[in-house]
Amino acid sequence: MTEVLLPQPSEGPGFVQLLTPEGQRVEHPDYALDISDDEIKSLYRDLVMVRRIDTEATALQRQGQLGLWASLLGQEAAQVGAGRALTERDFAFPTYREHGVAYCKGVDPVTLLGLFRGASQGGWDPNENGFGLYTIVIGSQTLHATGYAMGIQRDGGDGAAMAFFGDGATSQGDVNEAFVWAGSFNAPIVFFCQNNQWAISEPVERQSHIPLYRRAEGFGFPGVRVDGNDVLAVLAVTRAALARAREGSGPSLVEAYTYRMAPHTTSDDPSRYRLAADLETWKLKDPVERVKAYLSRHGVADASFFADVSAAADELAAHVRAACIEMADPEPLSLFDHVYAGGSSLLDEERAGMAAYLASFEGESPAAAKLNVGAH
Amino acid sequence: MATKDFLLPDLGEGLTEAEILHWLVAEGDTVTLNQPIVEVETAKAAVEIPSPYAGVVTTLHHAEGATVDVGLPLISFEVGGGDATATADAPAIQGGDLVPSAPKVDTEEKIEVLVGSGPKAGKLTRRPRKQAAGAATSMPIRAAEPADVHVLAKPPVRKLARDLGVDLRGVGGSGPNGTVTRADVQAAAGAGGAVGAAPAYAASARARPDFDSATREQRIPIKGVRKATATAMVQSAFTAPHVTEWVTVDVTETMNLARRLRNYPDFTGVKVSPLLLVARALILAVRRHPMINSSWDDEAQEIVVKDYVNLGIAAATPRGLIVPNIKDAGSLSLPQLAGALDALVATAREGKTAPADMQRGTITITNVGVFGVDSGTPILNPGESAILCFGAVREQPWVHEGQIAVRQVTTLALSFDHRIVDGQLGSEFLAEIATMLNDPWRMVHFSASTL
Repeated sequence: MTEVLLPQPSEGPGFVQLLTPEGQRVEHPDYALDISDDEIKSLYRDLVMVRRIDTEATALQRQGQLGLWASLLGQEAAQVGAGRALTERDFAFPTYREHGVAYCKGVDPVTLLGLFRGASQGGWDPNENGFGLYTIVIGSQTLHATGYAMGIQRDGGDGAAMAFFGDGATSQGDVNEAFVWAGSFNAPIVFFCQNNQWAISEPVERQSHIPLYRRAEGFGFPGVRVDGNDVLAVLAVTRAALARAREGSGPSLVEAYTYRMAPHTTSDDPSRYRLAADLETWKLKDPVERVKAYLSRHGVADASFFADVSAAADELAAHVRAACIEMADPEPLSLFDHVYAGGSSLLDEERAGMAAYLASFEGESPAAAKLNVGAH
Repeated sequence: MATKDFLLPDLGEGLTEAEILHWLVAEGDTVTLNQPIVEVETAKAAVEIPSPYAGVVTTLHHAEGATVDVGLPLISFEVGGGDATATADAPAIQGGDLVPSAPKVDTEEKIEVLVGSGPKAGKLTRRPRKQAAGAATSMPIRAAEPADVHVLAKPPVRKLARDLGVDLRGVGGSGPNGTVTRADVQAAAGAGGAVGAAPAYAASARARPDFDSATREQRIPIKGVRKATATAMVQSAFTAPHVTEWVTVDVTETMNLARRLRNYPDFTGVKVSPLLLVARALILAVRRHPMINSSWDDEAQEIVVKDYVNLGIAAATPRGLIVPNIKDAGSLSLPQLAGALDALVATAREGKTAPADMQRGTITITNVGVFGVDSGTPILNPGESAILCFGAVREQPWVHEGQIAVRQVTTLALSFDHRIVDGQLGSEFLAEIATMLNDPWRMVHFSASTL
């Protein structure tokens, strides 16, 4: 079978960009963004913080402190732009890579590390920050998000749901079902696809012969492609999409066109399937550097601002490192706590069995000792 | 000041070792936290490890090129006083064995189960079981499952088994989850007629793997024969440009000859198999085409043509694939060759093949027919220029003397090193073996012509 791979030009009629890689502001007819220089400085700060958390987590994995880490390097603007567009009323449904969205939603990065350290099952309270659980299964959170959005609709709420997923997920049944369902019910949801070009080792060109944002048209709602490395454009586009959802005009698809600059996870070796030259090309489009260029060029920020942000980021990294290393092992029986909201007789039986097994040893269990919990 | 050892962590979800590619620091260097210290390569990726400490490097525990087990010290640091950096020792990696068969008591030491796991356990410490724990616990103990007598096989395979009169319950399944495959049934059906089968191997290959109940996977360390096989195969496949040719041939007369030879007193006590006659034909063809029995000496930029035939026989053994060879097989009489083949197979099956028996081979036969398959594209034994693959002998409709007849037919495949052997030489060599097996009298003719 002959394979047809069509090139997917990043820029085209639908491509929204407000800040060029060189740090120049440009206008777009549909997406005007009224933003102060202080707000741009604050976005820059978030970008740097998020990148610093990510590099520290990667280092911790290499040092044996995390079992795995999925780096967001290169996708900071897509995540901070979308994360900052979300309000307290809105609910985010992430994959396992949305560390930047989590940061903007106020989730402590240490909480995320607990999952990758194996110290928690990822069980943070989604309602606390309007940030759902990390979802490892590819694309299934789009269905959860659609259901949640329909719930908002039925409750008469004024928020919206935003489902995060990658280019690979668009090939999944779940995502397409979510599109159908959300379109049918005009659900208040934004489908936010970070097209980072690679579904692990599978290039996006092999998954779709048309740009991903154009798929939305077939499901009956608008799609837009935004420069995913441009935090201003992502902010403007996702704000508009959220406003549309909240006012009852239904779903939309935002394709943030970006690049995963790191391996898929710390277990991956991208040199086996992609060219180093691609990475160099994308380095020139770095999401953090273009904001820094803008701030410097316009005299909005001086060296002391950048030094302050850098120092704050290092401080955050040190906090994340210390908290990660000191993280307590979970108490073995906590395994059974959150399987069902109402429990089950089978679980009770299994918990009793596990407790009896643990009690069959002399001395205290190390985990129990750490948590200062008595033996059972 | 305090010395801190950094143990090699599991870098990728269940890895057991890593190879040191480059040290990026030297003993005596002062390093900062997260400064890259070493590049290592695991089975998954080549990665840089950032320093977990700020301090002075005191010891690099391994040289570049060394393979280090997870959990062993990689590098040691002299770390400045106080708590300049929040750091901790790398986690002690724990084995996954929950059944304390021989409890090692070390109640002083806390078990640091952090992240990662791997079969190369570090220091295993576990609390002892209380006495009579098993009797005291009220934990429900399920009776052991009865041995699974239900055989997994797809309907067409069941039908094939019925057609061939094979009882599926007696056939070990080599497919996923022990599923009995078509090849298993065919092998069982043909077991009486097939030659040189290696039952020990068959039993081990078909035994149900020891799956981990949690992951439903089994992890087998790559070592020993498997590692050697892999190295040899990769070296061969990526060094010698392989060409493979096939010929399908009517070997009815060879089968008849084997049957007749069995009654000769000289062959009492030895096995007269079609493989023996294939080996004989190959040796005779080598005499007529010596270039096929040669090796490529890259260092000397010479082709080494050999006057002796050290005939390798690929043998499936309990330890894996090995290729012992019969030294100077061309000097042996046919009964001697039969005896040598018997001895080679028996020694290999017992796992007692000496390293010397596997060295200095010049050409090889792989007898995949014993597994019921027709042919393959064999990979050269490193250092050799040709390998002959002998497929299953089947009764097939065949045009014989102008009529369709049921004949015993097999497929021969020859892979050769195209650096040394051109298409013409390879083709002539293979065709001549086929001719001899089609009409074994030709063996007399060919030997007379050269001796």
